[in-house]
Amino acid sequence: MSVSQRPLSPHLQIYSWHLTMALSILHRMTGVFLSFGAVALIIVLASMASGADSYSCVHDALTHPIGLLFLFAWTFALYFHMANGVRHLVWDAGLGLGKKVASSSGWYVLAFAVLATVASWLPMAIGALA
Amino acid sequence: MSLRTPLSTAKGLGSAREGAHHWWMQRLTSLALLPLTLWLAISIAMFPEMDYASAVAWMQMPVTAIAMSLLVISLFYHVQLGLQVIIEDYVGGALKIASLIALNFTCIVMVFVGLYSIIKVSF
Repeated sequence: MSVSQRPLSPHLQIYSWHLTMALSILHRMTGVFLSFGAVALIIVLASMASGADSYSCVHDALTHPIGLLFLFAWTFALYFHMANGVRHLVWDAGLGLGKKVASSSGWYVLAFAVLATVASWLPMAIGALA
Repeated sequence: MSLRTPLSTAKGLGSAREGAHHWWMQRLTSLALLPLTLWLAISIAMFPEMDYASAVAWMQMPVTAIAMSLLVISLFYHVQLGLQVIIEDYVGGALKIASLIALNFTCIVMVFVGLYSIIKVSF
C-alpha cells in the first residue's frame, strides 16, 4: 500500500490564521528565544565572577546596537511569554476557554507585552535623551 | 485484580508511573518564574547602565544573590522542560536522544556556572 494514497488530516496551510493559533506558535518561539536569553544571563553572571575586564567586554557587547536589539527583543519575548503563560494557567484552571474569551484574552496579552516592553525601556530612553 | 498479564509485568511494560509530573513541574516553575523574572526585568530597567563596581555591589546584596540563585535554578528547570517537548515534537531517531542528552547537560552546566558565579561575587 502506497503511503501517498492515504488520506491526510487537515494541516496548518488549510486553516485561515486566527489570533489564538498565532499566539500559540509565538509562545513556543518566544520560549526558544528566551532560552538563549537565559544563557546570556549566565554569561553576564560568569563575566562578573571573572572580573572587571571580562564584565566590561560583555557589557560592551550588550550595549552595542546589535546587543541592544537582542535585549529589546528578549524584553518583549519575556513579557509576552509571561502574560501568555498566565493565560495558559487560567486555562488550566478551566476558565476562559470560550472562543470569544480566548481571543480577547489574546489581545490583552499582546497589549500587556507591548506596554510593558515600552515601560521597561523608558528609563533607558530618557537617559539617552537627557 | 490486575488485567495485566504476568509476562507484561515481568517485561516492565505499561505506565512509567510518571503521569503528569512533567506537566505539573512546568506549571510550578512558571509560577516561581513569574515574580523572579519580573524582579530581574524591573531591576535591569531601573539601572540600565551598570558599571562593574555597582553591578558587584548589587549582586552582593543578600536579596539579589538569593533571588538570582532561585531564578537560575527555576529558569533552567523550565527551559529544560519546555525545550524537551519541542525536541520530542520535531526531532526523531538517534538525533532525538542526542539532542535531549545535550539539552539536559547544557541546562545542568548553566545552573552550576550561574550558582558558582553568584556565590563567587557575593563573598
